[in-house]
Amino acid sequence: MASITQFNPSSPKRDLIIMVVFAVAVLTAPIWLAPVGASYPDLLQRFAIFGIFALGFNILFGLTGYLSFGHAAFLGVGSYAAVWIFKLLTMNVVLAIIFGVLVAAIFAVVVGFICLRRSGIYFAILTLAFAQMFYNLAYSVLTPITNGETALTLALDDPRAIDAMFGVDHGAGLPAPSLFGLELTGFTAFYFCAVVLIIAFWVSLKIFRSPFGLKLLAIKSNQNRMLYTGFNPKPYLLVAFVISGMYAGLAGSLMVITDPLAGAERMQWTASGEVVLMTILGGAGTLIGPLLGAGIIKYFENIFSALHHAQLAESFGFLPNALVEPVVSVVSLFVGEGWHLTLGILFMLVVIFLPGGLMEGIRRLSAYVRAKRAGDGEETVAGGATQPSE
Amino acid sequence: MFKDKSLTRRTMLKGTAIAGAALAAPTVFSRGAWAQDFRNNPGDASSITLGFNVPQTGAYAEEGADELRAYQLAVKHLNGEGDGGMMNTLKPLNLTGNGVLGKKVEYVTGDTQTKSDAARASAKRMIERDGALMITGGSSSGVAIAVQALCQDMGTIFMAGLTHSNDTTGKDRRRYGFRHFFNAHMSGAALGPILKEEMGTDRRAYHLTADYTWGWSQEQSIKEVTEAMGWETVAAVRTPLGAGDFSQYITPVLDSGADVLILNHYGKDMVDSLTQAVQFGLRDKQVNGKNFEVVVPLYSRLMAQGAGKNVAGIYGSTAWNWQLQDAASQNFTKSFGNEYGFPPSQAAHTCYVQTLLYANACESAGTFYPPEVIKFLEGFEFDGAGNGPTLYRAEDHQCFKKVLVVRGNENPTSQFDLLQVVKEVPAEAVTYPPDLYAGELGPYEV
Repeated sequence: MASITQFNPSSPKRDLIIMVVFAVAVLTAPIWLAPVGASYPDLLQRFAIFGIFALGFNILFGLTGYLSFGHAAFLGVGSYAAVWIFKLLTMNVVLAIIFGVLVAAIFAVVVGFICLRRSGIYFAILTLAFAQMFYNLAYSVLTPITNGETALTLALDDPRAIDAMFGVDHGAGLPAPSLFGLELTGFTAFYFCAVVLIIAFWVSLKIFRSPFGLKLLAIKSNQNRMLYTGFNPKPYLLVAFVISGMYAGLAGSLMVITDPLAGAERMQWTASGEVVLMTILGGAGTLIGPLLGAGIIKYFENIFSALHHAQLAESFGFLPNALVEPVVSVVSLFVGEGWHLTLGILFMLVVIFLPGGLMEGIRRLSAYVRAKRAGDGEETVAGGATQPSE
Repeated sequence: MFKDKSLTRRTMLKGTAIAGAALAAPTVFSRGAWAQDFRNNPGDASSITLGFNVPQTGAYAEEGADELRAYQLAVKHLNGEGDGGMMNTLKPLNLTGNGVLGKKVEYVTGDTQTKSDAARASAKRMIERDGALMITGGSSSGVAIAVQALCQDMGTIFMAGLTHSNDTTGKDRRRYGFRHFFNAHMSGAALGPILKEEMGTDRRAYHLTADYTWGWSQEQSIKEVTEAMGWETVAAVRTPLGAGDFSQYITPVLDSGADVLILNHYGKDMVDSLTQAVQFGLRDKQVNGKNFEVVVPLYSRLMAQGAGKNVAGIYGSTAWNWQLQDAASQNFTKSFGNEYGFPPSQAAHTCYVQTLLYANACESAGTFYPPEVIKFLEGFEFDGAGNGPTLYRAEDHQCFKKVLVVRGNENPTSQFDLLQVVKEVPAEAVTYPPDLYAGELGPYEV
């Protein structure tokens, strides 16, 4: 957990190593995720996008300790904004991203300004109320703008004014989002998201290391003391809130770049809760933790939920015949439609035994390994990227 | 802790193949290099994969579970296992119980969670990772429309499951999407004459409508029909989805002077609103000298089960019921009952038929190449699927077949005997011109 006593300005060299290892890990994900069946474009894109979402959430929750229960609203707003750019102006993703982030930022300023008058549970409830309001507006009241339950999609007869001006030909079907002519579908879209994720991670790292990050940690540690020393925490809190809202907007616009559809469900309170789970599961206040959490939750949602009885029977084929059926029927409680159950158990285990999230587990493990090596009379190994960054 | 369970040889091989594809991405993903090549072409493989995308969690989970049962049964029948079910009655049919085009049928499943995002993610997984040739499922129109649009972009055929909104084959119709289920317009057209017969032409109706596209489209369709026969619409009140407690919406009905309550709700909403309306004593009231009536335009047996004896005497429409006496329905009910021990729902019926129709289209077209399969299905006329002679209309990919008007059974003989078929409305009576709800199908080749 990040706290002011552990604040570590770190060295530029170590940060560089972290960045390089991180970038390599992200870009080679299609290869090392293949053995667990997670190496297909859609899930890889989701890992990157929800990673960005969780990174942004962590800037607010991990550093300031303010628990927002409505962050999915900014994700949704970013999505709608980006789809409208696709529809009205151009299929080039640059404008869609800029606009998506900008609109999310504007909403974050308004919501943050109001909600940050309170802290603790009142702040959480206020953000939840706003998010639920946005959700209901998007679901029915604002149907002309959001297309309600059916979700906002592209249409063949959209104006796309800028594309039309430059005479871009999209062919017969619906156009795909592109980056200056490079069509972003499949693995191309993943690599695009991966690059954005790396940049987002770098920004997050810089914030963690900056004096601004230190002030946020101070707010988390003791806001009253901050006030007595003459600091007004409100502007810092608002900036942190807006930055994390912009991350959500960025994730939202990437979602529609990889799949041009914006639905209201992604603003529902369950979606806001999901990012909280991701962050806590991975380790709030750590740099890598939220990414881990996002990856695990999305893996469960997409892979575990898809296992069915016949596939299980095949996987357990090595067991004696009499055992296969009982084992399969027990295991199938936890996969397929029971994937929520497994996720719930995992979450409980983490919260009970590793309150600092999976990152705490990794930290304990590496400390254990190091102690053991030192005991064997060997030299301690210098920390790599797997070490917690604070 | 169960992570390694997914590490079968198959996933491993597939994973490696995808990793290879990832490295070769720039060359492989250049579109349309060969005219006859298409996404997930099974080529010389000995099997094909179908993707069953149903809600396994959330409000429609029960319907999703029944759909999945129907799909699994269909796969069995296609592979020549079991008693063959409707394969014995569907005409014309080229399937022989030897898979499709000699390839064994396999399947993958996914959870839509009744959310368009999750449904699209799940469908993409089936197409990108598992190599699914066709996607089918859905128990809500929003999801069906979202997945249908995705399938058009991906060039994969989508056989819609339970979706009742006019939009699915209206404004949001797609070349790659097909719907066998009926829609709100057909509900209105089928119910209208019966309501007139049973309740007269001088009625005052009060609508409670689920506040989203499907609810609106049904309210619109029912209003048009009832107003045309002289009914007056007192009010149409929108209720949020999943409200749970409808008492605040039902109390005003009593003072409104209305004598018919129309519930444009589905799933759990319908169970809740109907139960509360009956508990508030609406059914025992006399208004304007007439018995107060409740109408549920879209009925399903699973929901009727949820509402219990409250459904007694309440009118509605449904696509299919297991008590139909034709050979196809009897065969299917028997086959489903033998397998699972209870009768199938209308959702199960439409999903089963859709799977057979797709398989038959591939077999008859002699290829899995989607544009050819689509051309075969467009304008396809068949019989022996439980709804009499049926046409897959080419202009909007909507099936036209009999629609059932049903009434909640006053004296059910079993827990499944809840709906009584009042009338089988012939296809001609519910057919409407294809441009009534204007939409664009899009291209064959994507």
